[in-house]
Amino acid sequence: MILSMNWISDFVDLSGLDKLDLIAKFSLSTAEVENEIYQKGSDLSGIVVAEIKSVEDHPESKKLHLLKVDIGESELVDVVCGAPNVRVGMKTAFAKLGAQIGDITITPRKLAGYTSNGMCCSEKELGLSDNNDGIMDICEDVALGTDLKDIYQIDDIIFEVDNKSLTNRPDLWGHYGIAREFAAIAGRELKPLPVADLKAYENLPKVDLKIEDTLCQRYSCLQFGNISKHVSPMNMRIRLYYCGMRGLNFLADLTNYLMLEMGQPMHAFDSRKVEKIRIKRFDKPFKFQTLDGVEREIDEETLMICNDNTPVAIAGIMGGLDSEIVESTSTLTLESATFDASSIRKSTVRLAHRTDASMRYEKCLDPEMTVVAIARFVKLLTEIDPGATVVSSLTDEYPYHYDTVSLSFEKAFVDKYTGINIDSATIEKTLKALGFDVTVAGDSFSVTVPSWRATKDVTMKADIIEEITRIYGYDNFDINTAAVPLYPVRAAQEKSDEDRIKDILVKRYSLHELHSYVWAYYDEYKALGIEVEDNINLVSSVNPNIKTIRKSIVPTQLCQVKYNTGYSTDFGVFEIGRVVEGLKDDGLCNERKKLCITLYSKTKEMETLYFELRDMLAVICDDLKHESISFQTKEATHSYQHPKNLNTIYLGGKELGEMGIVNATVSKKIDKKANIVYAEIDITDFSEIKNKSIQYQEASKFPEIEIDLSFVSDTYQPIANAITNADCPLIKNVKIVDTYTDEAGKSITLRILFSHPERTLTKEEVLQVVNGIVDELDGKNIKLKNGLPM
Amino acid sequence: MAEKTTALKQAFSEALLTVTNMEELEKIRVEYLGKKGLVTELMQEMKYLSPEEKKVFGQAVNVLKNEVNDAITQKREELKQKEIELENSRMPVFDLSMPPVLDRGSYHPITLVQRQCEEVFRSMGFAIEDYSEIVTDYECFEALNIPKNHPARDMQDTYYLDNGQLLKSHTSAAQNAIYKKYKDALYNEGKPINAIFPGRCFRNEATDACHENTFFQMEGVMVDKNISISNLIFFMKTMLSEVFQKDIKVRLRPGFFPFVEPGFELDISCLICGGEGCPSCKHSGWLELCPCGMIHPEVLKAGGIDPEEYTGFAFGLGLTRLAMMKYGVKDIRDLNSGSLKSLAQFTDDK
Repeated sequence: MILSMNWISDFVDLSGLDKLDLIAKFSLSTAEVENEIYQKGSDLSGIVVAEIKSVEDHPESKKLHLLKVDIGESELVDVVCGAPNVRVGMKTAFAKLGAQIGDITITPRKLAGYTSNGMCCSEKELGLSDNNDGIMDICEDVALGTDLKDIYQIDDIIFEVDNKSLTNRPDLWGHYGIAREFAAIAGRELKPLPVADLKAYENLPKVDLKIEDTLCQRYSCLQFGNISKHVSPMNMRIRLYYCGMRGLNFLADLTNYLMLEMGQPMHAFDSRKVEKIRIKRFDKPFKFQTLDGVEREIDEETLMICNDNTPVAIAGIMGGLDSEIVESTSTLTLESATFDASSIRKSTVRLAHRTDASMRYEKCLDPEMTVVAIARFVKLLTEIDPGATVVSSLTDEYPYHYDTVSLSFEKAFVDKYTGINIDSATIEKTLKALGFDVTVAGDSFSVTVPSWRATKDVTMKADIIEEITRIYGYDNFDINTAAVPLYPVRAAQEKSDEDRIKDILVKRYSLHELHSYVWAYYDEYKALGIEVEDNINLVSSVNPNIKTIRKSIVPTQLCQVKYNTGYSTDFGVFEIGRVVEGLKDDGLCNERKKLCITLYSKTKEMETLYFELRDMLAVICDDLKHESISFQTKEATHSYQHPKNLNTIYLGGKELGEMGIVNATVSKKIDKKANIVYAEIDITDFSEIKNKSIQYQEASKFPEIEIDLSFVSDTYQPIANAITNADCPLIKNVKIVDTYTDEAGKSITLRILFSHPERTLTKEEVLQVVNGIVDELDGKNIKLKNGLPM
Repeated sequence: MAEKTTALKQAFSEALLTVTNMEELEKIRVEYLGKKGLVTELMQEMKYLSPEEKKVFGQAVNVLKNEVNDAITQKREELKQKEIELENSRMPVFDLSMPPVLDRGSYHPITLVQRQCEEVFRSMGFAIEDYSEIVTDYECFEALNIPKNHPARDMQDTYYLDNGQLLKSHTSAAQNAIYKKYKDALYNEGKPINAIFPGRCFRNEATDACHENTFFQMEGVMVDKNISISNLIFFMKTMLSEVFQKDIKVRLRPGFFPFVEPGFELDISCLICGGEGCPSCKHSGWLELCPCGMIHPEVLKAGGIDPEEYTGFAFGLGLTRLAMMKYGVKDIRDLNSGSLKSLAQFTDDK
């Protein structure tokens, strides 16, 4: 909302104060002021009232005229002017030689052979309105040569408040409410609003009015006749223009002026079109033409102002074209009403049409304001157009009253909330300045919230704190740490596991952490031949590509790998992120947190890469849980999985996730020459596994025996089983030292380390264990390759 | 016989001079001291001599033998030394001007700023909480004093899911659960609720250099018997000064958020110009950083905490914004781009 400092100063005397400083304080105490502040009129000087004494046609130009103008000096001034509305005897705004208009300095200037010693100006040229139809037509009875700034309020400070910071303040949608804030901030008195006494019209007939819907909280109206003015006074037009409002005709300007002054939207109907005002909703949708000429679809939920059964306006949003004031209008009906805020808001959304009026109604306007606004309207109307008459008595239906809000609190409450000591007198003075009714008894306060703050904004004690502290000024606060008891705070296991996993992957394996979106990437999946699997969907999205929530990070990570293929011949990425694995029994999403790793390589064999990934997972498990990882082959079920080497990952008997190779169809689309492997594990399941603590074993002081055995076997699993089955406490370590393939097939050479903590081992006891292992394997047709080494 | 020893010694000395490596030395050793060597042969000749002569000659041969032995040992040491020197001289001088191969991994910049913030709050006794990304309408709105049809719901364009849940539009969605988790300890043991909860948030809006539909925030709350606005300003100022590693000036302005009362917009002195005014703060000297406020009594009540007895503050720091400010990221979309060219730069930042 754009605000005028002159307008504010109508209601509070701010003389002698630095206005820019006050605006800065307003920003800190009330609502955010935008950075740009405009000093209107500061670039305008030397503009005076002049009278056109003679008009001659320019001999060579159809448009130009040669004028002699009187600027109250001894000599008439010769001027060349192109305006169409020049006439003898007209008073206009004249920029003298040396005058300043914006960046331009007026100098004698040749126009088609004649010298112009100054310039007659339009309102637009002077920045006073958007009227550029011709030069200014000054009606005021003032001496020629009078500086224009002496008759009009041209100098003004204009600033804009962010509308978002006013959402909860219906009282700040007009200058009067803003002036109240300035008064409180500056410690000056707020002047009462000048209004007419409506009692004078009590004997006139009432308007036929009936509210037939609970969405209308209050409807007040008054009828006028005999309005002769069509153009608004210049000062009014300047203010409206400065505040961003387009000038129309006098009546429209006046309703707009009232809205900007008090925050109360008003509407003027041609009385002939609204003989029986009824406020209601309709059973069926229909079309309705608003005064901007647009035909709109009105539904059953939208509240309408009607003439009996004919809709004439969309309540709180916009009037209809048919009931608009026209040239022939002799009497008009002025509406000043309040409606249910959320109904207006929803109608606005459905109609996709937001207006200055609806924007205010959405904020819960104070119904007490409707009649005051009419009284103010009458005051301004009769001042500007003394011939205008009121032809009805005030007609006012007020079915919905907000409750009066009264609150009591102790000073100790304020002290506790603020953490500082604001004295009682300051509290009282501040609240009173903001219009609160305050009674103080010792340290106890009883306050009644003014109606304009009681529609939703101030409802409880904590709201009062804000009123006190914002005017007190947060910059004036002493700041202190909290006095609270201390207790140890243990880091959550999952959090600490995540941090350590990230460290291992980044520091030890040089992987890169990436973030991806939580939904499937339709286009990217399609390009890679990855199917978007059914899952929970978003109901609405501004981007049609964002719809289905992902079940796994793997596909989104593969899209990122594709994006990065040019980065390096080899890289690895990971993410700890969320997926949804369908719905749980209670209908809520089964959201899981997953670690996903993908390795990409153009230089390594698939097997090497696969084992690199396996070892990363094993290191994570061993480092964080001191627990060995194990695997079990499973069947591929997703489009990106390779049918072979897909394994379920187990830790401590718990299924954690899977590790696999990317299906060739997908991987060829990412990169024809690269090998790509991935793993995904459930972080929550992982972190629930208890960390086995380290069991220290004293190093044996006696000689150890190492035995190398080679078996012909396709897999290590049976050998590992045989060693486990031997269950021999003397076996301290088993290492794979070689694997090779020859005519006998694949062979695995392992080195078993035997030791005893208290004595030297004998060959016999070691051989006995080794024979046991060899015999068991022999029974499974896994032969020892080169005989026993000892 | 004496001539023989002298001649042999002379011959040995000359032969030794020609030795240049271990093999030649070994050859000479065998030639002189071997079983059939020249010195050994000379010993053989003693058996033809008289006892007196034997004594003299024996001594002379022994001396010769020792001398030859010593000379060979000495020569061996010399050769060894030469070999080491040779080996040393063969060592090339390495070109340290070649650029190092770092091959470092990288953290996501959000991880880095999040860790920095967590560290500050952990040091002040705050627990670090995690929360789901998909929440209920109750958690995201109702429990935060944002009833249905409240205009505040228009302020955030929310991603609703077809089961009625939604992608959380702010980290405040975790507040209710945090209060419920800790309220028993607050009531029974007098433990204040100090917690931060970083998390990913979602807004249904079109993306551009300044707007993302997926971003990170970090919420913080502190609840106890006498938590005040003064405390709130202290914690915000301290935390931000620690995060930015310099004294940060803060100021509060009234801000409207349904879940706090009073609610504030917190501005910090511009990090670029320090408050003098520059293009990045639009010449105001201040940057709007973080909404905060005293927790609304209705929000405490919804969390099972009596607002008459307890007060608290809450704040919501934009981690994404913080990361952008800290590292000079100009396009917010870089963060979720997955582009290693952009993101692999964040190797570490302790």
